[in-house]
Amino acid sequence: MFKRVQTDISNPVSIEFEGQKIDVEQGETVAAALMLAGKRKFQESAVSHAGRGPFCLMGVCFECLVEINGTPNRQACMILAEDGMKIRIQKAAIEETDR
Amino acid sequence: MKSFDVAIIGAGPAGMASAIEATRNGLSVIVLDEQPAPGGQIYRAIETVSDQRAAILGTDYLAGRDLAAAFRNCGATYVSGATVWNIDNGLKINYSRAGLGSDQISATSLVIATGAIERPTPMPGWTLPGVTTAGALQILLKAHGAVNDDVVLVGSGPLLYLVATQMLTARYAPRAIVETTPAGRLIKAARHLPRALTAFSYLRKGLAMKRKLHKSGIPFYANARAVAIEGTTTAQAVIFQSGGKSHRIETTAVALHQGVIPNQQITRLLRCEHDWNANQHCFVPRLDAFFQTTVENIYVAGDGAGIGGAVSAALRGRLVALRIAEKQGKDTIARQNDVLKKLKADQAIRPFLETLYAPSPENLLPADDVMVCRCEEITAGQIRHAVDLGAPGPNQVKSYLRCGMGPCQGRMCGPTVTQIIADHRKKEVGEIDYYRIRPPLKPLALAELAAIESEPTRHTPL
Repeated sequence: MFKRVQTDISNPVSIEFEGQKIDVEQGETVAAALMLAGKRKFQESAVSHAGRGPFCLMGVCFECLVEINGTPNRQACMILAEDGMKIRIQKAAIEETDR
Repeated sequence: MKSFDVAIIGAGPAGMASAIEATRNGLSVIVLDEQPAPGGQIYRAIETVSDQRAAILGTDYLAGRDLAAAFRNCGATYVSGATVWNIDNGLKINYSRAGLGSDQISATSLVIATGAIERPTPMPGWTLPGVTTAGALQILLKAHGAVNDDVVLVGSGPLLYLVATQMLTARYAPRAIVETTPAGRLIKAARHLPRALTAFSYLRKGLAMKRKLHKSGIPFYANARAVAIEGTTTAQAVIFQSGGKSHRIETTAVALHQGVIPNQQITRLLRCEHDWNANQHCFVPRLDAFFQTTVENIYVAGDGAGIGGAVSAALRGRLVALRIAEKQGKDTIARQNDVLKKLKADQAIRPFLETLYAPSPENLLPADDVMVCRCEEITAGQIRHAVDLGAPGPNQVKSYLRCGMGPCQGRMCGPTVTQIIADHRKKEVGEIDYYRIRPPLKPLALAELAAIESEPTRHTPL
């Protein structure tokens, strides 16, 4: 699993992932913060709904798309974690009856 | 709309050096960069990195400090967190800032310094959560001091060894290194050795890394083939053949690497001509000796002009700025010649590296059941079938299958799609060409588009 080479979080910021509160270091991207918290699945793929997670971490692959404060399709690797951010796994846009 | 002599896209070594040189020559400069701070990926977080992290990352990384400091003081307008999503032929540039909406500027000259991306690495299981690129691991280390204690590194190329060495220094050695470089490559590369020897410091660093890794006792598997990642919902194991045996290593994290290629989204958007570079196995924009594209006043500096590394990226950035200044009446010829000489010397190592670490055939031409387009979940077999049905190139395959039409806009499948079509049709890769790239370069909220100051209302029907 991912760990921080420095010992403790010095400037904590509190975010929520799927309702779970997570303390992260200020200045961390949403993707890095979630990976450090042991999260691997960020979204469900549009076609087969398979789980996907961050791949390139530099804004190229769009695999780390999450829903942030109700807005979908946000690139977790390009957005800094902010206090009170509510993050959810991005679900494929499909009919409720198909699920 | 604000107007500038030079607009530079990207604040890595090429963009920073270009801005420094352009402002020094009296040009007005704007730098638009997607990241929160200057440095690009190579010098990511260079201004804020802790001493502990700096020691892990090494001296080549820290060379970016002076460049970033000079960039901050050069007087260029620098916009961080700016995602460029369109550039038109008149060099009007639209960019978006997270939460702040879109803005537009115009420029007389454009320097595209958007660098490189990692070559796509299609193989069975590469879409499973827990699988990343090797570059991604390095970004996590540079920007966040994050390391993973359960990684198997798979692939080929200098970055793979650099990441392994840095992980080792951080005391989180990778579980194993699975090298896919085919046997016999060193012999092939040897003919480039005399020239490479003139860039001895690079060779020495490379050898030192390999020695350190061998001494560390990290399990090393050479000439690996038939590599696949197993797992149901996340990565669970890497399987491969090496040394005449089958291997299976259980792991929760796999990092893949097959070298880097130019990020061609903007040069493609602007309809610059591109050529297939058979040595680097990628498309490279067609450039003159001063890195101008086939479109007047549009330049490419850095790895986007063909992979050359960080030192060359900065040199190319300087050269381009000097050339633009010359066109505006400044006498910069002597300095240009000086930079050109340094560039030539710095490139001496490249043919050796390109031959030794050329991507493996199974990466370039994946088997039928391997997913190539991650967004739309299209396999290599489906692409071959589309070719059999008559699709001659990437844009027709895209129409048939939707590959390249997901959120990444072909960045992760484009190079492979072109290779597969060329191989299947027995054509030259350059002849097959690439996806036609259209705006917006990155997905954009409709509200942002609607908020843009529009042109005068058209009263005649379209």
